[in-house]
Amino acid sequence: MSPRAAWQLEALGFQRVYDFVGGKIEWLSHGLPTEGTGPHYATAGEVARRDVPTCRFDETAGDIRRALEGSPESLCVVLNQAGVILGRVRARELSGDDSTPILQFMRPGPATVRPREELRPLVERMRKAGVGTILMATAKGRLLGVVHRDDAERLLAGRPNP
Amino acid sequence: MPTEIDLSDVQRLLREEGAQLVEVLPEREFEQEHLPGAVNVSLKKLTAETVAGLAKSRPVIVYCWDDG
Repeated sequence: MSPRAAWQLEALGFQRVYDFVGGKIEWLSHGLPTEGTGPHYATAGEVARRDVPTCRFDETAGDIRRALEGSPESLCVVLNQAGVILGRVRARELSGDDSTPILQFMRPGPATVRPREELRPLVERMRKAGVGTILMATAKGRLLGVVHRDDAERLLAGRPNP
Repeated sequence: MPTEIDLSDVQRLLREEGAQLVEVLPEREFEQEHLPGAVNVSLKKLTAETVAGLAKSRPVIVYCWDDG
């Protein structure tokens, strides 16, 4: 939406127009002040971890092993050239043979949420499904981060339900 | 051509160049929560008249929820 608005402002004669790509979600996720009447619901974007190990779909089990080394995450997200999510691989699902192509063992089509998804009902759904993490993506499927349920529960514990 | 910027660019433009923030989300979402000092002009209402209050000599930063 904002890219179209930026182009429109240029057409109306504004010379220096900028599109804040991360938008309100990125602003909120850094705990920066806001104005407004509320309610201020906690969102997935506020708690998501952005530094997620990734690999390309044409790589191998060995590449994933290296991507996970030194990372606190136990999952690797499989992307195409455009950064769109194709699948995910958990460390425990890795093939023992480093030369095995990722496409042979990745789990395709993982569930994703949008950054503005309200956190409290999301956590409830994750609890019921027994899910510890969920990927966060744009509407076009580009990876933005991963939401850990325990991170979300900690954030909500310190924030009253509006 | 509009320039895509990140959070640190936004903060610098606000601090150093008096940039103007424009939220293009619907009014209800703006009323609930918006960036400090932002004005609301939803995409459907973006005309010469509705942005007449913005200074053309200063940078304008538009935003919505994210880049989705």
